[in-house]
Amino acid sequence: MQCHFTVYRFNPQADKKPRYHEYRIDAEPTDKILDCLNKIRWEQDATLAFRSSCAHGICGSDALMINGRVELACQKLVRDFKTGNNFVIEPLPLFELVKDLIVDLEPFFEKYRQVQPYLKPGKNDSDKEFIQEAENQEFIEPALRCILCASCTAGCPINRANPDYLGPAALLRAFRYIFDSRDSITEERLERIDTEDGIWGCKTMWWCTEVCPKEIPITKCLGQIKRAVKQKDKGG
Amino acid sequence: MKHQYDVIIVGAGLAGLRAAVEIGKDAHVAVLTKVFATRSHSGAAQGGIGAALGNEEEDHCEWHMFDTVKGSDYLGDQDAIEILANDAPRAIYELENLGVPFNRTSEGKIAQRAFGGHTRNYGEAPVKRACYAATRTGRVILDTLWEQSLQRGIEFFDEFQMLSLIVQDGQCCGVVAYELSTGKLHTFHCKAVMLATGGAGKIYKTTSNAFASTGDGMAIAYRAGAPLEDMEFVQFHPTGIYKLGILISEAARGEGGILLNNEGERFMERYAPVIKDLAPRDMISRCMLEEMRAGRGIDGKDYFHLSLTHLGEDVIEKKLAEITSFARTYAGVDPVKEPIPVQPTCHYMMGGIATDADGRVIVDEKNTPFAGLYAAGECACVSVHGANRLGCNALLDTLVFGRRAGMALKAFNQSVARPKLPAKPEKNDADMIQALMNSTGKETSGPIRAELQESMMENVSVFRQKDSLNTALAKITQLKKRYQNLSIQDKGNCFNRDLLDAIELGHLLDLAEVITRGALHREESRGAHSREDFPERDDKTFLAHTLARYDAVKGPQIFTKPVTLTKFEPKERTY
Repeated sequence: MQCHFTVYRFNPQADKKPRYHEYRIDAEPTDKILDCLNKIRWEQDATLAFRSSCAHGICGSDALMINGRVELACQKLVRDFKTGNNFVIEPLPLFELVKDLIVDLEPFFEKYRQVQPYLKPGKNDSDKEFIQEAENQEFIEPALRCILCASCTAGCPINRANPDYLGPAALLRAFRYIFDSRDSITEERLERIDTEDGIWGCKTMWWCTEVCPKEIPITKCLGQIKRAVKQKDKGG
Repeated sequence: MKHQYDVIIVGAGLAGLRAAVEIGKDAHVAVLTKVFATRSHSGAAQGGIGAALGNEEEDHCEWHMFDTVKGSDYLGDQDAIEILANDAPRAIYELENLGVPFNRTSEGKIAQRAFGGHTRNYGEAPVKRACYAATRTGRVILDTLWEQSLQRGIEFFDEFQMLSLIVQDGQCCGVVAYELSTGKLHTFHCKAVMLATGGAGKIYKTTSNAFASTGDGMAIAYRAGAPLEDMEFVQFHPTGIYKLGILISEAARGEGGILLNNEGERFMERYAPVIKDLAPRDMISRCMLEEMRAGRGIDGKDYFHLSLTHLGEDVIEKKLAEITSFARTYAGVDPVKEPIPVQPTCHYMMGGIATDADGRVIVDEKNTPFAGLYAAGECACVSVHGANRLGCNALLDTLVFGRRAGMALKAFNQSVARPKLPAKPEKNDADMIQALMNSTGKETSGPIRAELQESMMENVSVFRQKDSLNTALAKITQLKKRYQNLSIQDKGNCFNRDLLDAIELGHLLDLAEVITRGALHREESRGAHSREDFPERDDKTFLAHTLARYDAVKGPQIFTKPVTLTKFEPKERTY
């Protein structure tokens, strides 16, 4: 069946400003949007640039705007859209455009690095593993689903207004370590993000949760951090 | 642009990152990766990582060793397998201490589950040996090691494609790489290079592998004179989603899932009466094809049902979360209520760049090292997987041998000076790119790649025979000719995927040729290599590794290397 793709194009070496290009391709209802983009690239226009790798929603390379919504191109099928086989494909908002559908994610990773995204373990009395309650592992489990695709941060309205806001992905990573029973610097972690550009940047607008392709309850996790910060302040 | 380091690691999956973490600040190290580090394909590993911790039931490293030897159909080198099995518990505790969030038992220990080919007491019954984090085990280890690299200040060159190795006086002393965002060539001058570039599943039409899995490191090392070992052994995982190849982890069967044919029969009971659906992958894929030939595929077609419905919603949603969502998204089936349609999918290369157990690339059957060149992970062949890899041993391989390569690199770095670079080391690559960009040839990558993938799938997959292998070889030769007429439509130098497709296709073609040549040479059936014209294993002639050396004119030159046997004499392999 024929599908009509309107694709955002920008080549910094040739174009003064972005434009949209129209493509018509044959696709099956079960084809992924990523398959369609590949079809365009392989059969019609080899100059179209976008990122992709695993093609099944694990590597996090191909978050895009599809029909105005942030989605993973490899996780949405043609049949998932009720737009009469018309598709508008655009790069993620918020980030600086590099070429066509590729944006510069360096600022995204920079914020991630700011939350000390690694375990600072306490003392392990055995020469084996830390003992950790299954409930604790299950508590942080939602955050383990994160694939760093940047959908949440791109979708967050606060991030658009305040470029210094850490954003949902970095804060979700903070959540993962704050609540890991093996970590020893919980206080320090909480203090670090107890700022307006940190956890209080989140105004509980739920957009991150709405767009997360891994269905992580991000807003809820961030709420747990807020509660822990308040708890700490009370205790201190 | 020129850069100087002590060590360059190419690839940011588990093997590369584990080596980088090992080296840390002991040497000036940088990691080059063609996709951003956390996009590496190690992240797609689902079900688990094997180690005889004995957290759930009695287990021993020697049982693990035996299972791996038997799983390899006795082609794995037993000294290396012993290292793998014995080092596994240490590797797991280390990961856990670094922060990997493994699932837990009710006592708070690392939880374990059953996996294909892993047994108690030398084959008696399945054993719970796989440590896991739901079905995203690879992803959480990748994230953890990447974060550990950040903490250690490891430098990354993300979205850099390696083009060639620089070799001076027999020592590898650098890498030429192409920066995707600018089209610039970079020369990395160093004392040693480690390749950790992963697999090459994109040689086949149906695969669980990522677009990035194009065997770049294998092909580039091969062209630089490093022999490739046992490339004819290609693993087809029995449970890829029908038509898509997306993996449904063996953990689904580890948790109790079963395979059914069109009669609703649990057919693996007939083929492997002891461990049934937990038989090794090569065997199950073969059995599926035999069932299909007997007309017992679902609806007479080439797929089967993987049924999890009897496991209950809790197990399915909690322990098999990712694959459940894959089944819903891509196959449109809810595993809680209905079976998942599955068929074999190209999953893993047992073969690769020949190395010793310390990651040193070797150049001959006497294990003479290729100075300054190291490799680990799927791109390498130690060999611990022999003719068939067991589930849960791939992640383990990357961590155990990635670390050992890191230790060897540290020592090597101390012992040598940085060799002088040859004059204009990037010239060949610059010429190659120029030629491709200026070419007015009529061919493009897409059709050549598609024809290669189809021919390999048709002729060099689970079952092979002389005629089909020769058909594939003729096709590859023809495609290589057409490749000479390739032209690039994208003339720009910012994220020029068209150019990268062309470069990767060159790698796929070279590797497909080695796989097919190796398969023709090996006139026996062993592990994942099933010759219908030679259905028996032939230890007298073929209990030996196949090595292929590059020859630009004559094609791959095959020679052999003996298998190291220590504790376990080859026996008939039944389950």
